[in-house]
Amino acid sequence: MADRSPRAASVTATALAGLGLLLALLALGFAMPGWLLLLSTMAISHGVVSLGIVLLMRSGVVSFGQGMVFAAGGYAAALAANHLGISDALVLILGGGLASALLAAPFAPLLARYRGIFFAMLTLALSMVLYGILVKSAALGGSDGFNVGRPTIFGAEIAAENANFTLYALAVVIVGVLATLSRIYGDSVRGLVSMAIRENELRVEYLGASVTSAIAVNFVFAAFLGGVGGALTLLALGHIDPAFSYWTASGEFVFVAILAGHHSMLAVFVASFAVEVVRSFSNLYFPNTWQLAMGVFLLVVIRFLPRGLGSLWTDRRTRAGARA
Amino acid sequence: MLLLTIFVDGVVYASWLFIVALGLTLVFGVLKILNIAHGSFYALGAYAAASFVGWFASLGLAPAWSPVAMLLAAVAVAAVVAPLTERGLLRAFHGRDEVLLVLVTYALFLILEDVTKLIWGATPYYVTEPYMLFGTVEFGVMSYVGYDFVLILVAVVCGLLVWWGLNRTRSGKIVLAVIHSEEIASSMGVNVSRIYTFAFMVGVFLAALGGALTAPMLSVQPGLSVGVIIVSFAVVIIGGLVSIEGAAIGALIVGFARALAVHTWPDAELFSIYVAMAAVLVFRPQGLFQRMQARKI
Repeated sequence: MADRSPRAASVTATALAGLGLLLALLALGFAMPGWLLLLSTMAISHGVVSLGIVLLMRSGVVSFGQGMVFAAGGYAAALAANHLGISDALVLILGGGLASALLAAPFAPLLARYRGIFFAMLTLALSMVLYGILVKSAALGGSDGFNVGRPTIFGAEIAAENANFTLYALAVVIVGVLATLSRIYGDSVRGLVSMAIRENELRVEYLGASVTSAIAVNFVFAAFLGGVGGALTLLALGHIDPAFSYWTASGEFVFVAILAGHHSMLAVFVASFAVEVVRSFSNLYFPNTWQLAMGVFLLVVIRFLPRGLGSLWTDRRTRAGARA
Repeated sequence: MLLLTIFVDGVVYASWLFIVALGLTLVFGVLKILNIAHGSFYALGAYAAASFVGWFASLGLAPAWSPVAMLLAAVAVAAVVAPLTERGLLRAFHGRDEVLLVLVTYALFLILEDVTKLIWGATPYYVTEPYMLFGTVEFGVMSYVGYDFVLILVAVVCGLLVWWGLNRTRSGKIVLAVIHSEEIASSMGVNVSRIYTFAFMVGVFLAALGGALTAPMLSVQPGLSVGVIIVSFAVVIIGGLVSIEGAAIGALIVGFARALAVHTWPDAELFSIYVAMAAVLVFRPQGLFQRMQARKI
């Protein structure tokens, strides 16, 4: 095939790798006990939110307000389920993502002017504004939030005994596709321009690419991922409250993103899973000091894995590449 | 009348915020760390004040001594916690990316949150005696608690002292030199690591003092640290993270925004602060008093 460009070949390879991983995870799901299924579902649906931060990190900015789009996606899905009578899980999840992207879009060009601490704090402020509104809105249950029923899938009811696995499978498929797309996006021209922004913004401008538009697009994409994560979490928990938008929630998403590093998309989910495991186990074994355990865990990771979990395998590849 | 109330409430709230934000600004200026754990130091100050006031009372000292107890509490927190965290922890991460350092202090915040609970438990403490110590002040038909005005006074004194210390003393000028360029300062023979510990100690003292002064106004219980830190972030971001004036004006803007919301539209209290911050940043992307930065090509 003479007309096949190397780019198309690499996209195919990424897509196949993504599909393979997705099928492997689905197969693994059959062997998992119920608690592990729920834990994995949470890890995946939180991981996709952090994946959005990783995309932003690749363009040199870190959002401390990912809780805003997380909550927006969750609330949009919850309201659609309770008031519009939509019960199909797929529609709810993608709708949650779209709602978050729509909410984030007007802020994107504005935020794209900021860097470093200022970007982080402004996104944090946005998420806290949403938190303030949600806490005060009696129609949305105030600080207690509200519940939603179990969703349907392609018009079929989900039986109670299959609920854990169905949600897990749904999370694996949707997030697996999104993560593969993110990988393909990361290797595309715009994705690589983002990486260059991280290294040196001014040079990118001189080369004729728009830094602000790249950051704005990444922000909206990150918002979509955050919304999907919020809707997935809502369906897994069956409940939503304003804490989704609180700054400590955003802090944990950043934590997972830093833990993963910005080189590998897969690392985000490994990191997210590790955090969920540490959280559940310290909740179980040190109920009064689980924050202490999380803090120590975080410090150890930052100290000894400065470029994130992903550096464990991407560094080796780079070194191998350098030798060749 | 409403305007006067909003004004007084705004200034009182701003004074309290200013004391905390001043410490945050100083630590950011010298160590380049936006310290989330600053809120934990604030909470430690409040708890320590509760313990010290109780301890003074059990020694049989008159309630008039309680301000001394509160001051001692803040000094104790700064003397114990600051060197431990700065030398033992933050030094290991020195020079890393600003956002990463925020996360390091977030970890520290999580740890201190539980440590506070381990030491003082989860039941609230009440230290109300000092609050009534200064009587009330009458403005026409309105009366205000004297303690609030003492708070304003303390804030002004803190601001002036830090300003004087930085600009009019030898060691202050050395600190300014380190803020400007750590490398050049150290090549001129300044012991930079000692300056770091010193500045961090002053920063922690100011946070703990803010906490100690607040202790009589509310019940001291877990969760204190979370509320204060995000608000003081808003203050220093408005101010541009560099100067005492910036922190003062940031505190006043946030104080008035909150007081206005509390008295005219109470539901908006929580986010009036962030709306004020966003409004300032839209027009001044680096805060009101921005520092000039060379663009790297």
